[in-house]
Amino acid sequence: MGKDKKAKGIWVFIEQFEHAALDISWELLGKSRELADKAGEKLIALVMGDNVEHIAQEAVHRGADEVFLVEDELLEHYKCENYTYAAYKVIKKNKPNQLIMGATPNGRDIAGRLAVKLKTGLTADVVSLDTTKDGIMLGQVPGFGGSVLAVIKCEVARPQMATVRPGIFEAIPIDKKRKGKIHKIDADLDKKYETTKLIKLQKVEGVDISKAKRLVAGGRGLGGDVSALKELAELLDADIGVTRPLCDDGLFPRDHQVGSTGVTVKPEITINFGISGAAHYTAGINKSNTIISINNDPNAIIFEYSDYEVIGDVNKIMPLLIEKLKAKLMKEVKQ
Amino acid sequence: MKGLNIVVCVKVVPKNSEIRIDPETNGVDRRGVDSIINPPDKNAVEAAVRLKELYGGKVTLLSMAPPGLDDFFHQMMAMGADEFVLLSDRAFALADSYPTVHTLAAGIRKIGKVDLVLAGVESADGGTGNVPPGLGEALEFTQATYAEEIDYNSEEKRFIIHRMNGSGHEVISIPSPSVVSIELGVNSPRFPDFRRKLDLDENYKMTVWSNKDLELPEDKRGLSGSFTTVEEFVEAKKRERKHERIEGTPEEIADKLADLILENMN
Ligand SMILES: Cc1cc2nc3c(=O)[nH]c(=O)nc-3n(C[C@H](O)[C@H](O)[C@H](O)COP(=O)(O)OP(=O)(O)OC[C@H]3O[C@@H](n4cnc5c(N)ncnc54)[C@H](O)[C@@H]3O)c2cc1C
Ligand SMILES: Nc1ncnc2c1ncn2[C@@H]1O[C@H](COP(=O)(O)O)[C@@H](O)[C@H]1O
Repeated sequence: MGKDKKAKGIWVFIEQFEHAALDISWELLGKSRELADKAGEKLIALVMGDNVEHIAQEAVHRGADEVFLVEDELLEHYKCENYTYAAYKVIKKNKPNQLIMGATPNGRDIAGRLAVKLKTGLTADVVSLDTTKDGIMLGQVPGFGGSVLAVIKCEVARPQMATVRPGIFEAIPIDKKRKGKIHKIDADLDKKYETTKLIKLQKVEGVDISKAKRLVAGGRGLGGDVSALKELAELLDADIGVTRPLCDDGLFPRDHQVGSTGVTVKPEITINFGISGAAHYTAGINKSNTIISINNDPNAIIFEYSDYEVIGDVNKIMPLLIEKLKAKLMKEVKQ
Repeated sequence: MKGLNIVVCVKVVPKNSEIRIDPETNGVDRRGVDSIINPPDKNAVEAAVRLKELYGGKVTLLSMAPPGLDDFFHQMMAMGADEFVLLSDRAFALADSYPTVHTLAAGIRKIGKVDLVLAGVESADGGTGNVPPGLGEALEFTQATYAEEIDYNSEEKRFIIHRMNGSGHEVISIPSPSVVSIELGVNSPRFPDFRRKLDLDENYKMTVWSNKDLELPEDKRGLSGSFTTVEEFVEAKKRERKHERIEGTPEEIADKLADLILENMN
């Protein structure tokens, strides 16, 4: 589309997996409703997949004015060539002003490819999004490990594209009274051009710590023993977050990783055990209401991000803490 | 050529923990900041060298960068790569992802018939992750991003990729040539061969292409080809924190902590 100035509408790409929309899609739609109202634009959902009409309907119930629904067998699973081709066709014809997608692996995969095909700018991995009244998108991007935020815009080309972090914005609850038009589009896909073969697909029943109310978090200071962390989580009915090295070492699956390349959390309370406080990590916990940190190094940067600071050895303090908590929780039950 | 002709896109980035905002210019202050090899790019080089060991062929490293980074480039070569191509020209400077993609793509085309382009998953400074899928489009190759494992089926001439797609774990196969970005930390990058590094420092003359060689038009390179602009930089907002220190014997500390946690639980 390049320098097309007739572009209109704020579009949200609704990512789905096995016929269910990802939460990020509704988060984006929720935020974009607000942006569309501010810029006086229509809010349009782009739904692609096979047998996903129910998702198009839900998009209307969650704030979209219109939906472009592209259904095809070849869109059953995400394959970059099919998805890019189908999306490009709809976008080229309907000329959105803004196009917002989730900063998920597949969202970023298609966004990066589409932006080059459309000859436009892409602001990736946005943590905060705004628009001017004239429809210029303003995306805030963490740079340099999260210590700095750059406000980025793309004035000269359309659509203005951004991918947005999961867990940052709130979805609008379903309202079945909302009305909106669903346009069904034929993707005109041909199996002959399909280059990716799916060999195996395994759904991973992951955890979503982005919605944790309480988080106990562990780092390398735990020395590789995560049993106390797990016990605490159970005791407090909290989720477990960890720093990246613990995932790299295979101690926890990736969905427990907090930080700039992990999950952004916003719990009532976060307790950090043996975490140094690299910008990559603290970028993910900044929104916690209360932060408690335990580290044996008085100069650890994590203390700059903490409400309550304990200089001490996690190996000593965690077992004692578990003991005290058990005692206090028992007492509460008995009262 | 027998075996795989692999190009790995690599980049040197500032060490992020040292970046600060210059309060006077409101720009990013890079003065005195150390540089490092973009961490996932080491994983990409490792993946390339392993493929070469298994299937034969050649590994060429490619970077669009200013001069003066040979030390880093030789380090990466000493992990087992064969050649280095540097794309360097004032005309390439200040590029966002769109012109970066087109400049790298022009370099790859000039290198010749390649079977595989590898990249890191994202760069630690800009962190866009836009370049690998953009390269897929610009070169009209299939792509797979966020790869955790890559293997090659030489009979079918296809790459087998394991990747997390955000909701599940998938195994896909894609044809040669393709672009694949390698996730950070999915293999252990080998140490550079010390003697090879010394030898490169003394004797290696890398290929350097400027825009005379690539002949990119203004709208596909550097600042003039960029679509995005940085409106301003802001220091990431640190929330005000109480900074209360909890002291005492371990026993006392644990007791106070327990109370604090329970108070903040509702
Ligand atoms: C591109 C890129 C992206 C990244 N993304 C992320 C990300 O999303 N999330 C993330 O977390 N990291 C990320 N990282 C890694 C990040 O830079 C840090 O290396 C990491 O967060 C450090 O983890 P840590 O605090 O557990 O370990 P360390 O930095 O090793 O800190 C361990 C801490 O434990 C303390 N300690 C040691 N023993 C004890 C003890 N007995 N009792 C109490 N304290 C003790 C030490 O004083 C130290 O402060 C990324 C890195 C790169 C290059
Ligand atoms: N200037 C560059 N030169 C070589 N490779 C690059 C350059 N910029 C990005 N890349 C590659 O693209 C990957 C992702 O970078 P980015 O899209 O900028 O986050 C990096 O890990 C590199 O492999």
